[in-house]
Amino acid sequence: MAVKMTRMTLTGNQAVALAMKQINPDVVAAYPITPQTEVVQTFSEYVANGEVVTEFVTAESEHSAMSAAIGAAAAGARAMTATSSQGLALMWEMLYIASSYRLPIVMPVVNRALSGPINIHCDHSDAMGARDAGWIQLYSENPQEAYDNLIQAVRIAEDRRVLLPVMVCQDGFITSHGLENLEVLDDAVVREFLGEYRAAITLLDKDRPITMGPLALQDYYFEFKVQQAEAMRRAPEVIEEVGQAFGQLSSRQYGFFETYQLEDAEAAIVALGSTAGTARVAVDRLRRDGLKVGLLKLRVFRPFPATRLVEVLTGKAVVAVLDRAESLSGMGGPVFTEFRSAFYDLSSRPLFVNYIYGLGGRDIGLDEFHRVGSDLRKILAEGKPRQIISYLGARL
Amino acid sequence: MASLRELSKKPEILTGGHRMCAGCGASVVVRQIMLALDGPAVVANATGCLEVATTIYPYTAWRCSWIHSAFENAAATISGVEAAYRTLLRQGRISEGWRFIAFGGDGGTYDIGLQSLSGALERGHRIVYVCYDNGAYMNTGIQRSSATPLGAATTTSPAGKVVPGKRQHRKDLTAIAVAHNIPYVAQASPSHWNDLVTKAQKAFAADGPAFLNVLAPCPRGWRHGSHETIEMARLAVETCYWPLYEVENGVWRLTYKPRQKKPVVEWLKRQGRFRHLFAENREAVLEEIQRHVDTNWQALLQRCGTT
Repeated sequence: MAVKMTRMTLTGNQAVALAMKQINPDVVAAYPITPQTEVVQTFSEYVANGEVVTEFVTAESEHSAMSAAIGAAAAGARAMTATSSQGLALMWEMLYIASSYRLPIVMPVVNRALSGPINIHCDHSDAMGARDAGWIQLYSENPQEAYDNLIQAVRIAEDRRVLLPVMVCQDGFITSHGLENLEVLDDAVVREFLGEYRAAITLLDKDRPITMGPLALQDYYFEFKVQQAEAMRRAPEVIEEVGQAFGQLSSRQYGFFETYQLEDAEAAIVALGSTAGTARVAVDRLRRDGLKVGLLKLRVFRPFPATRLVEVLTGKAVVAVLDRAESLSGMGGPVFTEFRSAFYDLSSRPLFVNYIYGLGGRDIGLDEFHRVGSDLRKILAEGKPRQIISYLGARL
Repeated sequence: MASLRELSKKPEILTGGHRMCAGCGASVVVRQIMLALDGPAVVANATGCLEVATTIYPYTAWRCSWIHSAFENAAATISGVEAAYRTLLRQGRISEGWRFIAFGGDGGTYDIGLQSLSGALERGHRIVYVCYDNGAYMNTGIQRSSATPLGAATTTSPAGKVVPGKRQHRKDLTAIAVAHNIPYVAQASPSHWNDLVTKAQKAFAADGPAFLNVLAPCPRGWRHGSHETIEMARLAVETCYWPLYEVENGVWRLTYKPRQKKPVVEWLKRQGRFRHLFAENREAVLEEIQRHVDTNWQALLQRCGTT
């Protein structure tokens, strides 16, 4: 039975800040950056009004924000921060350390293009650049999902089987600054869903002093990394459990991905974040024009849910993977290469094509999906793609 | 004021068995400072000699809680620990009396960690940040830092046929810390242990951030015998290259005045890193070092209201 919820109209940033208030973390260490700024501003008001127990560390940089979050989490606090783009890039060194120390830090990331040239609008190059940092990554389509994902992220991160940090991504400006109606849980419900956080190991234990972050050389470093990898492999079961528990609470179900018109589809489109909304409308139109196409919206990019994706996409003739980041590898975008790799061992697998789109906030609309649709039609007719990697919406 | 008898009874927080070099000044500095501590503490350590040589997994030389996260962020890391303590205390989840200390070398403090240090001091965390200043990046093999004195030969400021070692004077980090208007800042040396322990006690008692800049001779980098460490520290004080003073709530005070200020060459000539300055045609550098020491010493005396 779902609990009572309040309907509110909030931007994605406000939704995330509200979730942070309800999470009521012990420490938030953060630094403002467009388009995340509203998150720290709104949260500052909660602190100023005494609505949270949080010790708010107004760090002098994102590097220090993440460093302070690491110090706080190591001291047994439920610690959070939030960032975007260059801020995430500046944290890069510390991201790896947070995950290696197995600190369950949760961080909203409001996705924005990385410089240069400098740009403040949405793409996923920031979070995708951090994809191998040992953080779980959840992508959100709208403010409701950003809110829901953030609350779930805390429980996923703190689960003793996992103990890994989590990034909750949403699209800069598109959802961070877009007002939408959403359903908000009561503070007490969130509190009960998360429970009190008690770290297994903390620096602030008089009777058991601990050395955290020692030097580990050829004889031990490798095992630390293997343990992190094992934790990441255990994460799916926890993500699933937490998604189900949250579904019972809110009637909003969360898994690794969501599908739309996919079951009988010959062609599939894969997208992350807010683009999925446009893609649903596009799927309806393309179907009206006779193309049997469906959508897969990926929510969990780290850990990459390969087995589950293979299950649902096997039998499709062609899959078009949309990437809002260019990895500059010459091999397509980061989502695309993961999908292709996931299907490699199969004797029969779909054809894969990649569309890199929306860089620096370039809009994606139905015209762009119309082009994807005509390409897919051609591929279905000809049995192979003329081009594997394309730029969608760029002047060429 | 601590007595040796009392101090000798206190447990060592940094135990033996660590792998710092014989004659390392930094480990002596840490032990003296930790003697000033009463009650539980968390130490944050910047990447550097002290960090790599005291915590080689699966061993640790620390008897208190200790964290290292990276090079440039010991101040930010300890800020986070202190912030956690503050809220846990408010929530009644922890008992009082904890102290929070960061140790960084001059590379991790004067250079790459300056921003993080400044941020933490400005925010007012109740932490004690200790810079053990050995005047170069000793851990990576003696590269110059902004704490390296003029004329010193390091592996990135070698004494060549044209360039006589480091071309710049060191940065006055202690004064930079003072400019943050924090409750307590002091400069100290392990040669004057009573002065150092007293300063550490004041730093721990300060109701806000405290900063200690402590000279830590490095036999490898300074090129002196490993038995001469404390003597090198003492000569730095006696020549007024490294004056001992404190700034308590904005009031400057000289805590030690040499009876007779020695010429700086007395200190320089004992160290291999300055050897090239005693060759022909390098007098100008020696003179410039002396001039710099004299100017700074006079300015300090004036600030402290002594002559």
